Amino acid sequence: MENNNSYWRENLRLILICLTIWFVVSYGFGLLLVEQLNVIRIGGYKLGFWFAQQGSIYTFVGLIFWYSAQMNKLDKKYDVEES
Amino acid sequence: MDELKLYTYIAVFGSFGVYFAIAWFARAKSTSDFYVAGGGITPIQNGMAIGADWMSAASFISMAGLIAFLGYGGSVFLMGWTGGYVLLAMLLAPYMRKHGKFTVPEFIYDRYYSKTARIVAVMCLIIASLTYIIGQMKGVGVAFSRFLEVEYDHGIYYGMAVVWVYAVLGGMKGITYTQIAQYCVLIFAYTIPAVFISLQLTGNPIPQLGLGSTLADGSGVYLLDKLDLVVTDLGFKEYTTDNLGGTLNMFAYTLSLMIGTAGLPHVIMRFFTVPSVKAARASAGYALVFIALLYTVAPAVGAMARFNLINTIIPSVGENLEYSERPQWFKDWEKTGLLKFEDKNGDGKIQYVADPKINEMVKVDRDIMVLANPAIANLPNWVIALVAAGGLAAALSTAAGLLLAISSSISHDLMKGVFKPDLSEKDELMAGRVVMTVSIIVAGYLGLNPPGFAAGTVALAFGLAASSIFPALMMGIFSKKMSGQAAVCGMVSGIGITMLYVFQHKGIMFIPGTSFLGGMRPNWFFDISPNAFGAVGAMVNFAVAFIVSKQTGPAPEHIQRMVENFRIPKSSGFAHNH
Repeated sequence: MENNNSYWRENLRLILICLTIWFVVSYGFGLLLVEQLNVIRIGGYKLGFWFAQQGSIYTFVGLIFWYSAQMNKLDKKYDVEES
Repeated sequence: MDELKLYTYIAVFGSFGVYFAIAWFARAKSTSDFYVAGGGITPIQNGMAIGADWMSAASFISMAGLIAFLGYGGSVFLMGWTGGYVLLAMLLAPYMRKHGKFTVPEFIYDRYYSKTARIVAVMCLIIASLTYIIGQMKGVGVAFSRFLEVEYDHGIYYGMAVVWVYAVLGGMKGITYTQIAQYCVLIFAYTIPAVFISLQLTGNPIPQLGLGSTLADGSGVYLLDKLDLVVTDLGFKEYTTDNLGGTLNMFAYTLSLMIGTAGLPHVIMRFFTVPSVKAARASAGYALVFIALLYTVAPAVGAMARFNLINTIIPSVGENLEYSERPQWFKDWEKTGLLKFEDKNGDGKIQYVADPKINEMVKVDRDIMVLANPAIANLPNWVIALVAAGGLAAALSTAAGLLLAISSSISHDLMKGVFKPDLSEKDELMAGRVVMTVSIIVAGYLGLNPPGFAAGTVALAFGLAASSIFPALMMGIFSKKMSGQAAVCGMVSGIGITMLYVFQHKGIMFIPGTSFLGGMRPNWFFDISPNAFGAVGAMVNFAVAFIVSKQTGPAPEHIQRMVENFRIPKSSGFAHNH
């Protein structure tokens, strides 16, 4: 039981990390800080605009795979893998 | 028959033939096949199927058109419709897969130990899915009417017939394999013209990079800078900074679409089809990869379509196009009534500016941009034909997924789960098919009447799912003490307040003139538009549920143990073993 509880706490910590990044790239860089970031440019893209229309999506993909990989490790560590 | 028409017939009917053949070979033989495809779909297959299921006529046909005219404001759709997968992968999918049931209301019934909760969930699901399906029917109608040159009404009838054949026959198993084929069709149909156009305009074949590149005309000016300049010259707002109703509205809009995405039952259901919790997490990742392939191309398609449209009408400053010399695509779309010109100053030339008093392009329907784009860019006819097939694939695959969600919730949750528990598997399968048929007829009818209904519906579906289903599921997993009564109160107040706000703006069931509580200014709640209100509805849902749960006390001990059990992957079985 204690094992399952610490598994769950580590999972919550991972989710918190991922959702913080999720929030920062989309709502942060793409919306709230867009004007400040638009001063910086990468090629023809203003950086804030790039995050809103490209960068946030790439980050989302990366986040899900990273989370899946971390969870697979966690499943092994706490021996709660599916049989 | 001209060449374009011939190619279109080949592309459309050829792809339909493939879908029917797949549906026939993978037809459902049991309720498990019908609802969850026997639980044996791999993550990559499931990712593609989710991609096709997810990317509807709204993504394929409407989104790039919206971005073309909203510019930066269109980002809400890009972030909103992808960010929801992060929530799905971390907050819902693995645990719901572990619990292992067929439908979303069934999960809610188990977790909230209440038939009322199950019925409320079914109602929310039907309202959200049906509003969504109507939008798909509109997409099918537009695509058929343009490319097969039939009336819009007839386009919808054809669409209904096609969906009926393969959804009713195939069930989840047939639908899943058909959707994999449809994903391939739609992604090629979307990216090939984008690659051509990007190459034409910037010399870079990758649209995601082309959008950030300089123009190929040797001027060395960046495409986006040029576009900003051209649109501001015509009096429109700057493309790359044009805000959609203020930062708060964009924030709420994005959030509504994200949690709506995570709460749409036809997407959640797909995670019941994979064999394990691990596969459920991976599926969400693959799904987003396949979705991102289209979603990162869409901003390029939008910006380049706007650029080409303006360049066609105004080849150089002050030299506007003569109406009599307009290109063929212009004439074709005029026939559908979705593009309209009115010579206000009588000079025979086309004026296209922001000021509605001078502007002579009196109607440029946003939904035509993706379909007209290849023709505007003078691409070969086979590309245009491919786009037609792609648009239909997108609309039909989503409609099929939604129909499955509706039929399973009625036949499995209402009939077998609540009213007639002794229903045999054979009868349940039959009931599922009958319900699907009825849903197709209802959706087709609402696609036509009332006329204004279809347009407002897709974004609304997200608001409804966001304000009702997502909070109930999330609390069910992350708060093991949350009680059944609290969840029911939360769902009812969340969806209730969202529907009130929308109908107060747009009329009951979108019939103009029936809006009650009249006299309030539009977007009166902190300037939040009705389509963005789902986020507020979701907050209300969470708040009400927490307050009520303080009064009712915690969920029973055995429910809390169940929650602890589905939080860990161990001892996961197949959905059909339960």
